[in-house]
Amino acid sequence: MTLTGHTSTRKMLYWGSHYLMIAAFVIFALFPLYWLLKVSVTPNDILYTEGVRMWPSRTTWDNYTFVLTQSNFPHYFMNSVIVAGTTAAVTTVIAALTGYAFSRFAFRGKVIIVALMLITQMFPLVMLIAPIFKILAPLGLTDSLTGLIIVYTAFNVPFATFLMQSFFDGIPKDLEEAAMIDGNTRFEAFRAIILPLTLPGVAATLGFVFTAAWSELLFALMLVSSESASTFPVGLLSFVSKFSVDFGQMMAAGVLALIPACLFFLLIQRYLVQGLTAGAVKG
Amino acid sequence: MASIEIANARKSYGAVDVLHGIDLDISDGEFIVLVGPSGCGKSTLLRMIAGLEDITSGDISIAGNVVNDLQPKDRDIAMVFQSYALYPHMSVAENMSYALTLRKTAKEKIADAITNVADILGLSALLERRPKALSGGQRQRVAMGRAIVRKPQAFLFDEPLSNLDARLREQMRTEIRKLHRRLGATSVYVTHDQIEAMTMADRIVAMHDGIIQQVGSPVEIYDHPANIFVASFIGSPAMNFLEGTYETKDDNGADGAGIRLSDGSLVAVLPARGATNNQAVTLGARPEHITIAPDANSGLAARIDLIEPMGLSTLVHATLAGKPIKIFTMDRPDYAVDSTIHVSFDMEKVHVFDTKSELRLPPVIEPHPGHRD
Ligand SMILES: Nc1ncnc2c1ncn2[C@@H]1O[C@H](COP(=O)(O)OP(=O)(O)OP(=O)(O)O)[C@@H](O)[C@H]1O
Ligand SMILES: [Mg+2]
Repeated sequence: MTLTGHTSTRKMLYWGSHYLMIAAFVIFALFPLYWLLKVSVTPNDILYTEGVRMWPSRTTWDNYTFVLTQSNFPHYFMNSVIVAGTTAAVTTVIAALTGYAFSRFAFRGKVIIVALMLITQMFPLVMLIAPIFKILAPLGLTDSLTGLIIVYTAFNVPFATFLMQSFFDGIPKDLEEAAMIDGNTRFEAFRAIILPLTLPGVAATLGFVFTAAWSELLFALMLVSSESASTFPVGLLSFVSKFSVDFGQMMAAGVLALIPACLFFLLIQRYLVQGLTAGAVKG
Repeated sequence: MASIEIANARKSYGAVDVLHGIDLDISDGEFIVLVGPSGCGKSTLLRMIAGLEDITSGDISIAGNVVNDLQPKDRDIAMVFQSYALYPHMSVAENMSYALTLRKTAKEKIADAITNVADILGLSALLERRPKALSGGQRQRVAMGRAIVRKPQAFLFDEPLSNLDARLREQMRTEIRKLHRRLGATSVYVTHDQIEAMTMADRIVAMHDGIIQQVGSPVEIYDHPANIFVASFIGSPAMNFLEGTYETKDDNGADGAGIRLSDGSLVAVLPARGATNNQAVTLGARPEHITIAPDANSGLAARIDLIEPMGLSTLVHATLAGKPIKIFTMDRPDYAVDSTIHVSFDMEKVHVFDTKSELRLPPVIEPHPGHRD
């Protein structure tokens, strides 16, 4: 009896501290988001007068209405959707093909290519802005969404490739060999057998690249000068100058900007958590 | 159905030579088993036949056509993988019909073929399941079914049973043989299990280090191994080997011959072709060709190490001339460990190997089976 009592206390202690730590982490991670939400619904007149409170005494949607109807924000927002969406799609296609090649083929120069791709990830982006501007300007790609898409794609392909490669590495080679013997070419086998099994990987890559492009500020700020090609992070900055740091509106815009990212992850989370390959080979 | 010819096929990975000139003719409808220890190149050879691995040099022909440059899909062969390689996102029926669908076979025909094969393999109730909802044995059957529905020129198997438990393996062994008799399809079967090789093969191809050591029927290989490697690899419990020197009064052995073991005792053997006096040779004796003498007056003394009852028979482990040997007996001996027994070798059944080249030196006059003094 004493023994079981002893172990169950220990067990409770173990799980208790386990959940406590998870809870602490979740609170730590989500608190800024909560604050964002809180400020966005706080009326301007009591923002500074009420002091630090967990929830304002009055709430309002005014900030949202203003951002949606009176500002350029919807336009920035659309630009960001186009840039992040296209970047995610193009990068993932390239990364899937390259990752597959890295995973399955031995070819001359493979090591060099991998090394080069790693090297591109080593430099702080600030160093690269001037040369990239110099390259893009004569091509008419500064101040354009296309230019941004190209730059984002270029910067995301290496990591996305390694990510996809690790997913392909997890799928047994036997599967596409069986398909090739069954009558597929290698590319058909890739499309019909391997790709469906890599959907979790594709989803993860899409999600990663999308969020990276969605929140990118540096290039968006440096390569684009016109309002018409600005993305939403740049737009957020413009709140600072235009409205002399109108926190309420800025936070409202921030909350709105979270929506597509949330939607996106809601759509792909099914694939992110799925272990589709279970049962492919001996279990 | 088709024959397969392999002519001087070689395979290198960079500087590493994995297969050194393989020559093998497989006739139409034959069941060939490639057997050898891990890493000897069995899978590589099989994958070269399948087209999954390039051929460094030489030719492989299927049904008389050189297929060196054909893609796997154009070779019309089916393969059963060790991992089964079932498509996890497809049902059992879809897995089996995949190849037929790719060939645009009519729907009714596919359905017929699937029903038929599912019947043969006892998969009828599982057709809608995904592979992950199947047991290992069932997956193995689906993999077989996927190969069979296609009616290919040849079947290739790469250790298809090695993931099954012993009983299921035994059962599948017989089933595959029965299927082969029914379909009559040319089959190449890779295994490192010599029992599978013995029980299933029309002809065994014994491989070692990328070289074919011997090709022959299971009985031929068992009774007349070409060298020490084949002799030791085939047969379980394995053959006993005792090193010694060859002794004969004259070179054609009219006065008989023997092998002098390290402890000075002499084992009589049939005169061996090409063996000369004092040549270093190895005596090879299968456990069933050593008998325990009833009394101490005949045979060589050996010390008992262990008695291993195996149900049907008993395996006696002993030490002879400082070397461990195994003796197979259908009796139920009850010797104490460390006691001394006397053993004798069946002169007509034991083998003489040249110790240096490891080749078997066959008897000058082959003994007639059944003839005994
Ligand atoms: N890609 C490769 N690069 C270099 N060497 C390789 C490669 N693939 C196989 N080998 C070598 O080729 C040899 C034969 O391999 P293979 O897979 O044919 O062996 P196997 O007889 O099937 O063995 P097992 O019974 O373990 O399956 C091995 O020594 C292996 O190390
Ligand atoms: Mg192998």
